[in-house]
Amino acid sequence: MNMLMLIMVALGMICSGVPGLFFQRRSAAGQRLATAINVAASAVGMAVVLFHDILPIAAEVWHPAGALPMGKVALSLDDLGAWFLLPIFLISALGSVYGLGYWPQRKHPGDGRKLRLCWGLMSGAMVLVVLAANSVWFLMVWEIMALSGYFLLTTEDGRSEVRQSGWVYFIATHLATLCLIAFFVLLRVYSGSFQLWPTDVAGLPTGPLAALFLLGLIGFGFKAGLVPLHVWLPAGHANAPSHVSALFSGVMLNMGIYGIMRVVVIAGRPPIWWGVVLMSVGILSAFLGITWALAQRDFKRLLAYSSIENIGIITMGLGLAVLGLSMKHPIWIALGLGGALLHMLNHSLFKPLLFMGAGGIIHGANTRDMESLGGLAVRMPAVFRLMLLGSAAIAALPPLNGFVSELLIYLGFFHTLHGSTAGPWIAWMIPVLAMVGAMALMTFVKLTATCFAGQPRTTAAAGAHDPGAAMLGPMVLLAAACVLVGAFPVLLTGLLDHAIAAWVPWQQSPSLAGIFNFWWITAVAVPLLIGTAGIAWWIHHWRRDVRERAVGTWDCGYAAPGSRMQYTGSSLIQTMAWMFRRILWRREKSPEVRGLFPSAADYACNTPEPLLDRVAEPVFKKIGNMLESARILQSGTAQLYMLYILLIVLILLLIK
Amino acid sequence: MKTLIAISLQVVLLALLPPLLLGIINKTKAWFAGRRGWPVLQVYYDLLRLMKKNVVISSTTTWVFLAAPLVSVISVLLAGLMVPLGPMAAPIHFTGDLIMFAYLLALGRFFTTLAALDTGSSFEGMGAAREVTFACFSEPALFLVLLVLVKLSDTLSLSAMLLSASHVRIGSTASAALVMAAVSLFVVLLAETSRIPIDDPNTHLELTMIHEVMVLDNSGPLLGAQIYASSVKLLILAAFLLHVVLPLDPALVGRDWGIMLAGLVAVAVIIGAVESLMARLQLRFVPTLLVAACLFSGFGFLLIL
Repeated sequence: MNMLMLIMVALGMICSGVPGLFFQRRSAAGQRLATAINVAASAVGMAVVLFHDILPIAAEVWHPAGALPMGKVALSLDDLGAWFLLPIFLISALGSVYGLGYWPQRKHPGDGRKLRLCWGLMSGAMVLVVLAANSVWFLMVWEIMALSGYFLLTTEDGRSEVRQSGWVYFIATHLATLCLIAFFVLLRVYSGSFQLWPTDVAGLPTGPLAALFLLGLIGFGFKAGLVPLHVWLPAGHANAPSHVSALFSGVMLNMGIYGIMRVVVIAGRPPIWWGVVLMSVGILSAFLGITWALAQRDFKRLLAYSSIENIGIITMGLGLAVLGLSMKHPIWIALGLGGALLHMLNHSLFKPLLFMGAGGIIHGANTRDMESLGGLAVRMPAVFRLMLLGSAAIAALPPLNGFVSELLIYLGFFHTLHGSTAGPWIAWMIPVLAMVGAMALMTFVKLTATCFAGQPRTTAAAGAHDPGAAMLGPMVLLAAACVLVGAFPVLLTGLLDHAIAAWVPWQQSPSLAGIFNFWWITAVAVPLLIGTAGIAWWIHHWRRDVRERAVGTWDCGYAAPGSRMQYTGSSLIQTMAWMFRRILWRREKSPEVRGLFPSAADYACNTPEPLLDRVAEPVFKKIGNMLESARILQSGTAQLYMLYILLIVLILLLIK
Repeated sequence: MKTLIAISLQVVLLALLPPLLLGIINKTKAWFAGRRGWPVLQVYYDLLRLMKKNVVISSTTTWVFLAAPLVSVISVLLAGLMVPLGPMAAPIHFTGDLIMFAYLLALGRFFTTLAALDTGSSFEGMGAAREVTFACFSEPALFLVLLVLVKLSDTLSLSAMLLSASHVRIGSTASAALVMAAVSLFVVLLAETSRIPIDDPNTHLELTMIHEVMVLDNSGPLLGAQIYASSVKLLILAAFLLHVVLPLDPALVGRDWGIMLAGLVAVAVIIGAVESLMARLQLRFVPTLLVAACLFSGFGFLLIL
């Protein structure tokens, strides 16, 4: 029954954009209908998932009569999958409401309908990815998700940088799918069936097992945005409409994590090196992601890089859980996986919040360049408050949700110090994680301060204003969720325990509440929140009194300070950028200053995606040049390509 | 009953003692300079005077500027409730409070730097930039110190680990690790409380300050709150350091409160002496010093691996 409802929900989402296609170009009805369907479907889905958990059902499987060419359409759901469904429903619904204000059909008659069609397709496909219990079916819905994602990213396909970033995404997602096809083929060969999660390929020799792990990690790692497979992510997120970036960053990256979580347990107890690889990739992504985020001027690129960092932290937690599984330390599993899952959910709350806020800024000031902003706190007070809260949450500050999940991961790493000889080696992750945390704080101080603090640096920023209720409403909900999870994490521990138990049903792990008393977080968070409320009350009542004595900022006696002289984001991070210059690999054009009276000169500096700019592009160009002769096959006629397919299928049948 | 007294004593000390340490530091510096110096209680007088004053604030600022000093005070006091000031466990202690402690300090830093940037002044921007940059290096140092302590004490609560650090036998490998952690912690203390050689609280030039320049536009009670918050930070980090260095025994309550208070005064005197005897580092060398602090506790951890 539950499963049937979820299928209806997924189908509803998939079809949500279809009616809009039949309305007039400028009619708002299609958009309202799509939003209503999406919200209703998500509400039902959410209810089913939460209900599903109150009456825990270990796994629910659904085999309809209809058959795929290679087996049945099998769907199943366990508690781990249920955890992944939550953010899909939440962000899909809130994002489409946000779209009413951010991407109204009236203003975007050309691409609005395409966007909503693909929005529904992608949301529904992600639900089906989580439900899929058959590898062929999994690949099919995975491709629907990836392709509709491509059309979402390239919503504004009139702009060349959008097409460019869409192209990079397209290549990356197909490389990912290629690896996944290989992965599922191998899985079929060794397990003898298309059935998924849990698969049973235990007892496989090391070689094939390693191949399976690496293929799965690379295939899903592309989607999750793990370094060095993240090259598509920054430009893709930056160039998409903001609610699409929210859906990508808040939900689609999770699908990669979902895949990796399933891959690591395909063969029972995983080998130790799997955990080591995951942890190394995680720490690399976290550290490089945040270093690159720090240096960005485009605030959406900054947010995108920060997603890489957060995915890195999630992967570190998962790595710890995998090590716990292979070395039989159940407590590492509980804290590592619990931290990873909670951090993933938290990231799905605050990152969409921040992307929606970024959309609000774009809506108001029409730029993505932080350094032409400033002074927005007065002009967009609501967006400012929400972004500030999101920034504090992502910087893992108490009493907000990011802190709770990072605390679990820290605790997991600290627990490795007890009762294990390998532990102290793992514990070296802690100082790096601490540094990443401090850098995240710096990044988000930079983001909020450069956009909102001080005085406007351009006239565009000076004329900015808060967006309407359709855009603010979803953000307020997300912000409230951040506070709720941050102050009352006990609300989620039950769900988390079920999800952890469902990951490896054959391994008992302690309940989170037994390891850590979550009420202590509440005990510290509540005074903090009351204190904050008290401060807000005080400011509200005394501010006018204070304002009467207001003067200009202390300028050291300088007569004509201008708003362009304010400290910018780039100046804020200058020391760090210099220290990490070899990681940032910036492109800098600095003038040579000669003589006593140097002439006027220009300085330019930008931070392109280093791996894309310096590695991937040159390599792909070289490969392209090498394959120049193969161009003969490429006539550009679709019929000819179909002919190739026909021939290849014939040949394959012949061989068989 | 004994616990209740200890807790109330701790709360009172946490609330009232901090400005005294600043006074002692200043007195020490005056002594080194051959001056008579301020009265030891001068900081209390200053705070009282500031509380009575009016506020002048920049018209560029927003509510963040008003909120930041108060958030700093609240977060640093909450963090202070997790560090034992005497030989008894702190009022708030639970498994994992060490992480809460570090991130509460970060919360204060988040708001202080935002408020500094809120004024739109480049001076304050410089201060904020330095503060967040140096934190990127002092934070790993702090967590490495915590690693050493967790490894030695087998617990994940600040109170328990700080009190059991006292039981390490002098001359053992563990004690060597503790000494290295203490050196590291002392540098972190100097950095977090903006002391020479990292920052000069008494410099007259806005261009070279860190913490003082961030609060340049604060006045009246807001300035008072900032001074108070940084003095509380000094107290709790000093107490933290003392627990790593001194052997305290919870059984000897009365004597050990005395030792602890004497130790706090001693730390203040040492800071004053460092300030008098050393020049401040060039700003670009500060990260190097903090990395050295990381290495100290890192090698310390290596010893007990």
